[in-house]
Amino acid sequence: MATANATSSSAGRLLGSLRLPIGIVAFLGISLTVLGIDQFVNALTLGAIYALVALGYTMVYGIIELINFAHGDVFMVGSFVAMFISSSLLGNEGAITNVPLLAGSVLVLFALTIGVMAIVGALIERLAYRPLRRAPRLAPLITAIGVSFILQNVIQFFFGPTIVTVPQLVPIEWSIQVSGARVPLLNLFVIAASVALMFALQLFISRTRTGRAMRTTSMDRDASSLMGVDINRTIMITFLIGSGLAGAAGVVHGLYYGNTSFNLGFQSGLKAFTAAVLGGIGNTAGAALGGFLIAFIEVGASAFGYGRWGGAVVFSLLVIFLVFRPTGLLGSHSGDRA
Amino acid sequence: MSRIVDAVNAPFAPVRAYFRKHRSFGIFVGVVLLSVALPLLTRVPPFDGIQSTNAWVNAFTTAAIYAMLAMGLNVVIGFAGLLDLGYAAFFALGGYTYALAASPFSGIHLPFWPMLLAGGIVGAIFGVLLGAPTLRLRGDYLAIVTLGFGEIVPITLMNADKFTDGVNGIGGIDKPNIPGILQFTLINPWPMYGLVVVLFTLIMIMIYRLEDSRLGRTWDAIREDELAAESSGVNTVIAKLQAFAVGASIAGIVGVVNAAKITIVTPDQFRFAVSISALAAVVLGGMGNTIGVATGAFIIYLFQSILLKQLNTLVENFNIPILNQIDFLEFQYVLYGIVLVLMMLKRPQGIFPARRRMREFAPLKIGKGGLK
Amino acid sequence: MLRARGVTRKFGGLVAVNSVDFEIPRGSISAIIGPNGAGKTTFFNVIAGIYAPTEGTIELDGKPLISPPTGAGREPILLVLPTIPFIGLAIYFLMAVGGDTGLVEGVASVAVALLGFVGALLLNIIRPAWYNRLIKRIGVTRPARPNDMVVAGLARTFQNIRLYKSLTTLENILVGMHVHLHGSLLGALFKTRLVREEEAAAEQRARELLAFVDLAGMENELAANLPYGKQRLLEIARAIASRPKLLLLDEPAAGMNPKETEEMTALIRRIRDELGITVLLIEHDMRVVMGISDYITVLDHGEKIAEGLPKAIRTNPKVIEAYLGRGAAAGH
Repeated sequence: MATANATSSSAGRLLGSLRLPIGIVAFLGISLTVLGIDQFVNALTLGAIYALVALGYTMVYGIIELINFAHGDVFMVGSFVAMFISSSLLGNEGAITNVPLLAGSVLVLFALTIGVMAIVGALIERLAYRPLRRAPRLAPLITAIGVSFILQNVIQFFFGPTIVTVPQLVPIEWSIQVSGARVPLLNLFVIAASVALMFALQLFISRTRTGRAMRTTSMDRDASSLMGVDINRTIMITFLIGSGLAGAAGVVHGLYYGNTSFNLGFQSGLKAFTAAVLGGIGNTAGAALGGFLIAFIEVGASAFGYGRWGGAVVFSLLVIFLVFRPTGLLGSHSGDRA
Repeated sequence: MSRIVDAVNAPFAPVRAYFRKHRSFGIFVGVVLLSVALPLLTRVPPFDGIQSTNAWVNAFTTAAIYAMLAMGLNVVIGFAGLLDLGYAAFFALGGYTYALAASPFSGIHLPFWPMLLAGGIVGAIFGVLLGAPTLRLRGDYLAIVTLGFGEIVPITLMNADKFTDGVNGIGGIDKPNIPGILQFTLINPWPMYGLVVVLFTLIMIMIYRLEDSRLGRTWDAIREDELAAESSGVNTVIAKLQAFAVGASIAGIVGVVNAAKITIVTPDQFRFAVSISALAAVVLGGMGNTIGVATGAFIIYLFQSILLKQLNTLVENFNIPILNQIDFLEFQYVLYGIVLVLMMLKRPQGIFPARRRMREFAPLKIGKGGLK
Repeated sequence: MLRARGVTRKFGGLVAVNSVDFEIPRGSISAIIGPNGAGKTTFFNVIAGIYAPTEGTIELDGKPLISPPTGAGREPILLVLPTIPFIGLAIYFLMAVGGDTGLVEGVASVAVALLGFVGALLLNIIRPAWYNRLIKRIGVTRPARPNDMVVAGLARTFQNIRLYKSLTTLENILVGMHVHLHGSLLGALFKTRLVREEEAAAEQRARELLAFVDLAGMENELAANLPYGKQRLLEIARAIASRPKLLLLDEPAAGMNPKETEEMTALIRRIRDELGITVLLIEHDMRVVMGISDYITVLDHGEKIAEGLPKAIRTNPKVIEAYLGRGAAAGH
């Protein structure tokens, strides 16, 4: 889970390392002019959500080389948990205009949902994946699918197959004006919260001991354990964090869209996974980048009237990248590449 | 558990030895016996109380269709070791091919029997189309891509209104009637039962032949150690494509039969859940074991359609408060997921491990090593 | 028979094999030796088609066998080019449908557009010879694959034994015979006479091969259940099954006791004498190497430091230094 990409020749190194930021700025500039401020902000918001989910995929793949099929459904369950908490526990039906109360509720919502989903994710790892860690690759894959299916259908069992509304605590009318366009504060909040979480994750991975353990375990598990890293704990923490982030994404999704559904994980999960592959599986910066990229593509497609193709385009991207550039845009950082 | 299974199997050893030598005949005999015995069994309590013999025969027919799907998927997963999560797509393509060829919706009415073959060919073509770009992908990635394809097909079928009447599907599909000789109606399940039994036998025989052939060995080699297989001269790309093609063509053929039986195809019949249920049958029955997965499919289908229904009736009759509200039939999907997880954790080689796995010494190993 | 010229193999910054020239005379038993990490197995793997050489070429019987892959970036051109007319078709179709485009039109046009791509891929798979010729026209050389090597007449064994563990001894050999069996898929399904006869003949030949390596009677044993020494013999039998011109043995005597080593040595000689197969082996056991090799090449740190007859190698100071360090006494 390193965050820098490998450099080759020393000659173009400066230019090379500037390539990415320049590319990003250029891309953002072009999108802004093409999409207009409204859609641009939409894309950023959606991208933030995808990025949060993609991080979980990429971290888990980086450390145990498993596509956690159930991760998208953890995101989905997170949104239902958030819905449950805000409508039942906090007893809310709609927006809260009292700012301190709003802040408090949102904080509680985040804290509880992240906590619950982190535990759920860790439980899944402990019960369904850890026993199969040395098994042939097919086994944990099938188990992951089974878990995903169980989650989806349990939720469908209890909440029905239709769309479920979620109280949108943050009033959608609150907005600021940016050069003539109305930018809802909700969007800014979502983007800010997500970026903050991603930043915190990045700090955690690069600065703390556990973060370092996560990085080395993803590079060489046996060597790390020989060096004294507690593999089980490290993997469990990876799942805790990844699932917690997915839970946060679930909260954010509910607040932003005002609804959720049992198959949210399946669809968004695939897109978030594509984002992780696009950015480079195992690479956390790549997952974030990929999340935003996918969102921009999707919003762009809708803006031009091809909304229904969004899924097909994203999926085609997945196939193309897997076949031609499996290491993604920023390079992959998982075990073997053969 | 394996001790129970082995104990049950033991007395049949000499019989099995004979039939191993004359296998096709053995399959024929076995299926005939079973197909006669099962309906007879339903005349006996408690089975006769659950539903009429006709309803049972219909259920057996559907179970057999499901079992054939499982056997086809087993070729891809169990023989070649390729995890295909979108198997229902080929099933759908077969069904819609026949629907488009023989219904009032399309206006043409091609005969059933050649369409069986057509279903297989359509399946094979799409199997190759799916396989070709995905072959160099590793197991996990292959699974995701097949999942995607499995999703795209029903979505396309649903949205292609002009060609497929969208959500409503195509109805009024022709039955495989042979005027004067065979009349298929919705009321009499026996002709369809006979047709499915014959098809089941043929497919089972063919799959066993494949397993023992050069291609079957090639699949084993690839599954065990792909690098060694290449170093033995195997063109792994072609072998994997063939696995996809065979699996998909079986699903296509079964799709045609299913369309003729139910006389309607809708996109809803081919959701992800169908792919998962086939996977559950393979995992439960025993990856790589053809009879095993067919049995697994039977078990699952009969459990979900009979037992769960009975549970509903029971709970209603006794008026148990909370359970009363639950429709246990919806529970079947959670069941698939649980089957997958439990089997992988506890008995990954399935209830009936493949013969080759049984010959293996180590009970701790998960079936054959090197599953991809 | 086999000639390697300037073969180099790099892994990122690490040069595992550095410009090695190497020749195997037909009908000989040649050996490559060298201290651990000398690059022997890497060089071996290049010949076997597992790694592509970074530089250099390999010829078999005067014909080019392996060269460094070139123009990798250009191969997609061959895949994309035929797609263009189909994309044109798709666009025309979309314009005809007009503003009415829905998902199906979208998918249909994507599918049509992909037709060219898939067609090219299928060509690659079904007629690889045509595909490779086409590719050469645009300056692309694809890396060789191990199964191409088998078709060309090479066969190999592995240092850490890679048998098909859950197959029987006989079945392992039958897989080895893969390139010489032609039973098709349809033939298998219908059990045609051609297939039946071919399978029977194959089984017969497999039994003979087992007898040749002294494994007769173990036809139905699972490969996993064989003792170590016999597993090595089986792997050799499997390699021979493909009727190679050149047999590559990667440490055939590793982990064997003296008696087994003697038997292995005798077997290798018989392979050359009775079957006419040229042999190249990597080995650490000097008894084996000195005992049967006609010709020895020594690698150290990826470079060839000596080659010649066993007697000369034994006393070559550079070789001794490589194995035992500077200033070591002469001889083994």
